[in-house]
Amino acid sequence: MDIPYTVQPRPDTGLYNAKVGIWLFLASEVMLFGALFSSYILLRVGAPEGYWPHGWLNIPVGTANTIVLITSSITTVMAWASCKMNQFGKFKFYHACTILLACCFVGIKSYEYHDKFTHYSIKLADGKMADGHLVEKSKDFDLEKKTGDIVIHGHQVELNNKQGEELQNELKKLYDLRSTEGRAVKHEELKIPAAQIASMETYGPWHNTYTAIYFTLTGLHALHVIGGALVIGFLWGPGSKMWKTDPERFTNRIEVSGLFWHFVDLVWIFLFPVLYLL
Amino acid sequence: MQPTAHATSHPAAHEAHHEDLGFLRKYVFSTDHKVIGIQYGVTALFFLFFGLLLMLMMRWQIAHSGEPVPIVGKLLERVLADPTGLYPNPAAKGIISNDLYNSFGAMHGTIMVFMAIVPLAFAAFGNFVVPLQIGAPDMAFPRVNMASYQAYVVGGLIMFVSFFIPGGAAQAGWTSYSPLATSIATDGQTFWLIGMVCLITSSLLGAVNFIATIIQLRAPGMTWMRMPFFCWAQFVTAFLLLLAFPPLEAAGVMQLMDKVAHTSFFLPTGLSIGGALANVSGGGSPLLWQHLFWFLGHPEVYVLILPAMGIVAEIIANNTRKPIWGYKSLVYSALTIGFLSFIVWAHHMYLTGMGTKISTFFQTTTMIISIPSVIILTCFFISLWGGSIRFNTPMLFVMAFLPMFGIGGLTGLPLGFNYSDLHLHDTYYVIAHFHYIVAPGTIFALFAGIYYWYPKMTGRMMSEFWGKVHFWSSLIFMNLIFQPMFKQGMAGMLRRMADGGAQYSQMAHAEYKGGLMPDVMGLHKWILWAAVCLALAQIPFIINLFWSIGHGKKVESDNPWHATTLEWQAPTPPPHGNFATVPEVHRGPYEYSVPGQPTDYTPQNASV
Repeated sequence: MDIPYTVQPRPDTGLYNAKVGIWLFLASEVMLFGALFSSYILLRVGAPEGYWPHGWLNIPVGTANTIVLITSSITTVMAWASCKMNQFGKFKFYHACTILLACCFVGIKSYEYHDKFTHYSIKLADGKMADGHLVEKSKDFDLEKKTGDIVIHGHQVELNNKQGEELQNELKKLYDLRSTEGRAVKHEELKIPAAQIASMETYGPWHNTYTAIYFTLTGLHALHVIGGALVIGFLWGPGSKMWKTDPERFTNRIEVSGLFWHFVDLVWIFLFPVLYLL
Repeated sequence: MQPTAHATSHPAAHEAHHEDLGFLRKYVFSTDHKVIGIQYGVTALFFLFFGLLLMLMMRWQIAHSGEPVPIVGKLLERVLADPTGLYPNPAAKGIISNDLYNSFGAMHGTIMVFMAIVPLAFAAFGNFVVPLQIGAPDMAFPRVNMASYQAYVVGGLIMFVSFFIPGGAAQAGWTSYSPLATSIATDGQTFWLIGMVCLITSSLLGAVNFIATIIQLRAPGMTWMRMPFFCWAQFVTAFLLLLAFPPLEAAGVMQLMDKVAHTSFFLPTGLSIGGALANVSGGGSPLLWQHLFWFLGHPEVYVLILPAMGIVAEIIANNTRKPIWGYKSLVYSALTIGFLSFIVWAHHMYLTGMGTKISTFFQTTTMIISIPSVIILTCFFISLWGGSIRFNTPMLFVMAFLPMFGIGGLTGLPLGFNYSDLHLHDTYYVIAHFHYIVAPGTIFALFAGIYYWYPKMTGRMMSEFWGKVHFWSSLIFMNLIFQPMFKQGMAGMLRRMADGGAQYSQMAHAEYKGGLMPDVMGLHKWILWAAVCLALAQIPFIINLFWSIGHGKKVESDNPWHATTLEWQAPTPPPHGNFATVPEVHRGPYEYSVPGQPTDYTPQNASV
């Protein structure tokens, strides 16, 4: 006996095996990302007033990436439709676009990551905070030995001895970049000697719970994009030989991998407003 | 005649084709659901025994804390020594240190739940039996099935290896509560988390495969309500694994980030470790870990018990020689349990201060979920009524399952009510309660399943005599181990204490009243020797299991138990592809003693 319904749908369910499998897998993925989104809500609700960041991410860049992913969803559907319409050449073209768009997405995302890993938050010995992007570090810069200096393009804030509204207004310069206070901040080149630095860190996942959930969510999503692109890349390249031997099964594979791709896009459609806009 | 002969030769041809692939493809990298089931079974039984040995060493430490472990003490000292010299030997002079006790405790739980019982109950039995029972040639995705087993092995190896890394295995309990789990400086927890991600991947692949198989590959005529209850139980279990495990995976990723990338998902502001302010950004929530963990943790309980109930249903129907009572009630109860198990998780967290309103909600749902569990057990009890029962080894284990699971379930009620849980929380009472569910409950059902399906796997029976020795001794010693723990727990003895509570005993603090009394403390020695005897009682089983492969009594037919379900209508052992021809199902799964039929069992595929 051979396994039935690997290609043809089972009459009572109307589905072939792999399609049932991918929908179940996606249900599980919904729970995975659902748990992370729930954690986001809990961490955000639990954050002390004024400390949850707004406007830390570049909305035009994020919008561009959203458009890239939505376009890739369209090309994925077109690739599958081309297979259905028996136009293998068009399939090759559309899925080449999908793969290029996926690479484009990962490229833009890396640019955004790089921006965060060069963004420094520096606690000064006098209690003030300096915050900005790295311009350069002198060659002998060493925090432990207190030698050299660092140049950042940014600004300073003073949080000590402030309370109530005064503190909230000062916090907005760091945490709410969409507020009047946040937008009014003037950025300039600051040269800070290592001897004046109490501690410093970049805006990596360790910086606060916002960057933590941002990197975890988008990192996991990026892994899904890369995984999906690898599968589609295989089906576009060596895997497309199956078109000659078993076109129907090949079309099913394009459909199933496409379903996964749409899910990955859908996750981003939730990620974008949650992390960039809210 | 001609087409039948041709059809019979077809699986044989398949088999021959498979043998061409050589030993590796046939037994190690096999895609055949039966081989994978047996692989899962053997690996899980190994971990089950390993978990038992960990428990024995812990029981020694509890009863004789500070004394070298007999027999294996020297070995522990040798294999656990840290070659880098960074950490002191956790078993110096053969004495289990407190850290090592914590490792053993955490790993006993992890191994037993995630690497022994679930793989045995769900993956091993499910893989071997489900495709046969629904009349399918294999699982829907054979290669995914193989990948599932491989991910399980990798996860198991990572967990196993973590004992031998500098600093040893994870120490924060099988629940790995943060911030404790994150702030222990050793790498054990990192290994634990990576191991868990592999095990979760394995169960995800398995769950997708089981559900797709049951939906898509049922033989013609095998309607939903003609499916054996075992398949229903596995179906619901697969959904629990599919949907409840991912949140733990998310939590695991976050704890791994806490551990490796120094985030603060579960680390609150102002966290102090060892008396000093921890160098973390803070802002995280320890409660978040508990919610995510128990969101898996409670459905997991039903992952442990539902397959066992499935096995019990099959064996009861077969050995009472009458239809199972209330088949539809069983099915709907299993589905109800599956749904409700997702909304009871926080009854593990009454003591966290999450608030009385939330406690009340979860207390209510917890009481509601006991209803379908009781319906299932009641159906099993009523099924016995008026049957002419065959007391063979599988049936004995099942007969013991019923009251033992009853004890486990009923003692859970005081834990489900938040006011009584406040006293019992984290005591030996909890240990006794859930071990009654899992040990003489689930494990007995699994033993029953092994004795029951062994002839289908090997073509030979296991020894009835040694099976009965195994059964009676296991039953007696399990009760001797777990009954005293109820008393200890109600007296207030906390779990997870390396010295078994000696520091809180009346003997240590004569000046105060209310310490643990000598009679409660004295039970430790009693439990230790009962546990040793329980381990010895498994020897007849292990010998029986392996000896019977070559020397057991040969089965005289494909259906030695005179059963109705489809797996017994397949050749023994079933070849690759299972059935000679596609079986056609004409009736429900438990048509025993039907008046007017020539035999007292009517197989599901027997022609009308």
